[in-house]
Amino acid sequence: MTTNEDATVGAQFGRAAASEKVDEAVMELRNVHVFYGDYEAVREVNMPIASREITAFIGPSGCGKTTLLRSFNRMNDLIPGARVAGEVLYHGVDIYSSDVDPIEVRRRIGMVFQKPNPFPKSIYDNIAYGPRVLGEKKANLDEIVERSLVRAALWEEVKDKLDTSGMALSGGQQQRLCIARCIAVNPDVILMDEPCASLDPIATAKIEDLMHELAAEYTIVIVTHNMQQAARVSDRTAFFTADVDAKGVRHGRLVEFGPTQDIFMSPKDSRTEGYISGRFG
Amino acid sequence: MSTNSSTVAGGTEFSLQRSSPRYGERAIKVLLVACAALSVATTIGIIWALFVPAFQFFQTVPITDFLFGTQWSPLFADPEFGVLPLVSGTLVITGIACLVALPVGLLTAMYLSEYAADKTRRVLKPILEILAGIPTVIFGFFALEFVTQVLLQNIWPNTEVFNALSAGLVMGVMIIPTIASLSEDAMSAVPRGLREGAYALGSSKRQVTLKVVVPAALSGIVAAFVLGVSRAIGETMIVAVAAGLQPNLSLNVFEGMQTMTSFIAAAGSGDQPTGSIGYQTIFAVGALLFVMTLLMNLFSIRMVRKYREVYE
Ligand SMILES: Nc1ncnc2c1ncn2[C@@H]1O[C@H](COP(=O)(O)OP(=O)(O)O)[C@@H](O)[C@H]1O
Ligand SMILES: [Mg+2]
Repeated sequence: MTTNEDATVGAQFGRAAASEKVDEAVMELRNVHVFYGDYEAVREVNMPIASREITAFIGPSGCGKTTLLRSFNRMNDLIPGARVAGEVLYHGVDIYSSDVDPIEVRRRIGMVFQKPNPFPKSIYDNIAYGPRVLGEKKANLDEIVERSLVRAALWEEVKDKLDTSGMALSGGQQQRLCIARCIAVNPDVILMDEPCASLDPIATAKIEDLMHELAAEYTIVIVTHNMQQAARVSDRTAFFTADVDAKGVRHGRLVEFGPTQDIFMSPKDSRTEGYISGRFG
Repeated sequence: MSTNSSTVAGGTEFSLQRSSPRYGERAIKVLLVACAALSVATTIGIIWALFVPAFQFFQTVPITDFLFGTQWSPLFADPEFGVLPLVSGTLVITGIACLVALPVGLLTAMYLSEYAADKTRRVLKPILEILAGIPTVIFGFFALEFVTQVLLQNIWPNTEVFNALSAGLVMGVMIIPTIASLSEDAMSAVPRGLREGAYALGSSKRQVTLKVVVPAALSGIVAAFVLGVSRAIGETMIVAVAAGLQPNLSLNVFEGMQTMTSFIAAAGSGDQPTGSIGYQTIFAVGALLFVMTLLMNLFSIRMVRKYREVYE
């Protein structure tokens, strides 16, 4: 197909082809719907999240990628009126069942946001915040701070100014600080919502390299607007779009999910194909 | 063609000079500067009016006698000018007010900003702000008639009719709305992203509030404290009505005490011939009050500079 060939122009895959089926799922979405009040923003999503792989969410603006991602660690609880139906399983446990504590969920499933949001504290205190909240001994903090910054590829740049404000760093450094802050509590899964949206290409490349490193130890789910980025960093890709119902209301929906190379080279759904070729144009 | 107009390739003439003088622009600027100057001028005027008679006072009474003397009877035939009893009365009553208002005000702000549902906050905040507008003389009689006579004298029968405790407690209640409302403004202004970052690390609401929101809002909270405490130090009616007019160098809060402000009000409403020592005394006490408030402000500005966390 010609469109397909066009679609793959410029697509550089950064990771070895993933198996067709997910062997080991850390998380599993079963018939998940997300509502803001009466508005159903995301409709009927079923998909696994493979262990120690990078899963990318792509799709046009407003199709519910952020909304869905925030339901993975119950961040939606903080929005009045937001509600999740269906099951979000984490190692087989539904994180929305009544006996689950959202705080425990978030300790295992961390998040990096679209806009870097370091605390207005020193670089050291930014990293030490999470371990302190978890009751980590003071004696261990220095080591945790160093290890986290090293893993986030930020140590060399900041090791001499750990007591300056995290706010004083550049945007790309701030985002790596936020990643370091996230891995300091040793989560199992890291959710990233367009982590490079506000960064320049050099900072973006650094974060992408970092993601490859982190994928050895963590399960990562990343929302991205950038097709090339999805191709470069992810093992699997989920393509979302928004359907318009009879009343003219838009609902986000998962169109296609599979190994990244399949989604980009031989999408099964014509909407996926259209979106990808349009974006690579 | 004038020197300042040019012709572009197409032949149309243009000029980069402004076409007409902008009088409106200039008038607005003059008006704004005048308004700003008015308050500066008033402040300078007040300082001048305060410090000139105060300076004359210190020609008669040595400043050390004034600051460190323990007897205060400036209007008697055999006057004593030791201001310590007034200073201690002021500090004791303000101290009681702070013990009430700082924790209650801050906790109220924390509740409103972090815990209360939107609806609750929308109802409670205006009520608080109305409370801040009640005339203080009403608080004064509330302290005297209710707090002293109904509460304190029943719990501690030795409580005098005029006492520091009821004045301090009620003064504390009076400044709670100021502190709570301004602190809440500061806390609500903390970006959502910071809270979300903290929640995403597995923080509880208490941890987010105490470790992220309050530190980030610290300069606003301290400003709220300073404004509240300044109001307490400068408050006159409550202390005049409820704490009495007896200078009293004591820490016993069940006794009456005179504060610097209630002395000024009492002495100022009697007739002190202009230029007399009694007249000058009022200004000496006023000047001291001014200096104390100023020092507190400067001190808190330094504290804030040192500890605040700046977000963007
Ligand atoms: N807090 C919210 N309250 C109500 N509607 C929201 C909220 N956040 C997002 N939405 C709506 O949900 C839909 C999906 O938004 P979002 O998840 O941000 O999309 P994406 O991340 O794919 O751009 C949009 O129609 C958006 O307007
Ligand atoms: Mg989004």
